[in-house]
Amino acid sequence: MDKMDDDHKPTDEQRACPDGNGELTLDGSVPVVQITNLQTRFGRTVVHQDVNLAIEQGEIMSIVGGSGTGKTVLLRQMLGLERPTRGCVRIFGEDISEANAEHLQQLRNHWGMLFQQGALYSALTVFDNIAQPMRELRTLPADVVRDAVLLKMNMVGLGPEHVNKMPADLSGGMIKRVALARALALEPQLLFLDEPTAGLDPDLSESFVALIKSLHRELNLTVVMVTHDLDTLFALSTRIAVLAEKHVIAIGPTREVIKVDHPFIKEFFLGDRGKRALEALDEKRLDEKHKE
Amino acid sequence: MPSPPAPSLNVSPEVVTASGTWQVHALANRSTVNAVQAALKQLQGKKVRWDLSGIQALDHIGAQMLWNAWDKQRPADLKLADGHDEFFKRLEGASNLELPRQRTHRLTSVMKLGFAVMGFFEHLLGFVKLIGQVTQDIFRFARNPMRGPWREISANIYHAGFEALGITALVGFLIGVVLSFLSAQQLRTFGGDIYLVNLLGMSIIRELGPLLAAILVAGRSGSAITAQLGVMRVTEELDAMLVMGISHGFRLILPKVIALAISLPLLVIWTDAMALIGGMVSAKIELNLSSRYFIQKLPDAVPLANYMIGLGKGVVFGTLIALVSCHFGLRIKPNTESLGHGTTTSVVTAITVVILADAVFAIVFNGVGY
Repeated sequence: MDKMDDDHKPTDEQRACPDGNGELTLDGSVPVVQITNLQTRFGRTVVHQDVNLAIEQGEIMSIVGGSGTGKTVLLRQMLGLERPTRGCVRIFGEDISEANAEHLQQLRNHWGMLFQQGALYSALTVFDNIAQPMRELRTLPADVVRDAVLLKMNMVGLGPEHVNKMPADLSGGMIKRVALARALALEPQLLFLDEPTAGLDPDLSESFVALIKSLHRELNLTVVMVTHDLDTLFALSTRIAVLAEKHVIAIGPTREVIKVDHPFIKEFFLGDRGKRALEALDEKRLDEKHKE
Repeated sequence: MPSPPAPSLNVSPEVVTASGTWQVHALANRSTVNAVQAALKQLQGKKVRWDLSGIQALDHIGAQMLWNAWDKQRPADLKLADGHDEFFKRLEGASNLELPRQRTHRLTSVMKLGFAVMGFFEHLLGFVKLIGQVTQDIFRFARNPMRGPWREISANIYHAGFEALGITALVGFLIGVVLSFLSAQQLRTFGGDIYLVNLLGMSIIRELGPLLAAILVAGRSGSAITAQLGVMRVTEELDAMLVMGISHGFRLILPKVIALAISLPLLVIWTDAMALIGGMVSAKIELNLSSRYFIQKLPDAVPLANYMIGLGKGVVFGTLIALVSCHFGLRIKPNTESLGHGTTTSVVTAITVVILADAVFAIVFNGVGY
């Protein structure tokens, strides 16, 4: 952990973190992600103030908010890439800013992250990118790794003909798929998605949403997602948390959140774009019902 | 963290019972994996019944280990715990996936040599093209100087020239001190102390000053140019420039070539001066040779032609360094490895080319300036 400057001195309030048992709790008896009284400051700008958020096992939680409201910062704080000024972030019941190196590594093997640009290792092939987290364990035999990589690729809809390609030769949609396969390599229980459909055309983005949905069902994942895309948001989320004015102003299922009377929510969800997306969602639901 | 019960296999002659957690996190322990693998290997191909109902938790990687032991077929008699069937269904669906064979070329040493020679000529061709392009751009610049890339030239002179003053001064001074110190000891043995000025003056002004400055600039600015162009390739900035109709040659390469051709001779003068000052200080301490004598003697000892040759070297070396680093910078492919490799090759080649050019200078001007 890097040292914080004077401005960010840990205070007693940080200790206000409710004591955990110092162990990963994977059975869902505690929220998978629990954020309490979190505050983030950059210099004099306060980004988050008293943010509280609990994400339960098995749900798909979307975090939305205008630009600059610190959605991605919050996501990075959950991953331990950034440290909140105050407050605590618990993942699987473990305080990530206090966890020792061994626990942190266990934690990291239990979550996967899909970065906005994929963040594939540009010097490695698709195969090596996906195999890398498995090889990092240093215990799995090569044939198991090989088959597991092919299986992961199969899960995200990539055929074995792509294994020897380099990330630079892939299209945007394929990069996302490979990155998702890599994020899923160690069978995580918790998956973080940063703008999963940004930069994909509507067709691709729809199939990607369907992919995440099916994987969520199949692998019993908890998904935390930051997104701007209303279609993705409505199609995937079981709950939505809205960040505005430094707080979580609303949290709950989509239908309840859009009823909240707040200028940002009105503008974001009930503008033309939002209405269109909602209508499309309703139509799709009806279609599905008809089919059944 | 309470460690989950390790995956284990219990083999009785007829039935294999598996229990524990068959998940990747439990498989992160080497001895567990080895034990399981050994047990599975013994069972491979044997007809036994499999009872997996004792497995508490399973994931695809754990299932894969079992699946591989079954030769990728579902055994006839398989008992599974609730919900674990899905994993094997998934594996069954994906079991016919084969890794495509990677085509590897086995090269004989003759073929390798051939490729190396071809690669060399390809680089040479690219380099000649680059020189041609820069020449064209220089004419374009000369025809219409007002529309030239003045701002870029000035920025490059600042970065490659002004910012290098510190390091060249330090290195020049130290080399001057060392050279003077060592030569003084040798000269004193046969009483030729006063020839120290000739020795230092000739070697530094004609040879060492230009070479030192060039090597430092090749390391500093050469690598920076290659890396800059390489990152611009990675981030598609080069393509963006082309799309806007801004030519790489005119706006990126020409300014760098001109800037280095201007700043390297100036750095040569600076390095010369610093190295001579270093030599002078050392001579004062070691031989008690006065600074006044040193400075007075210098113009007699070193004809002006040598100074001009040194400056000429500066111009040529600067141009070569800029051209070589641009050449390699533009060839970088959009991945991190290529960036590192390209930068290394660029610096090594630039230094080699500078030394080669230095040898050419030595031959061409072998009768001049004595």
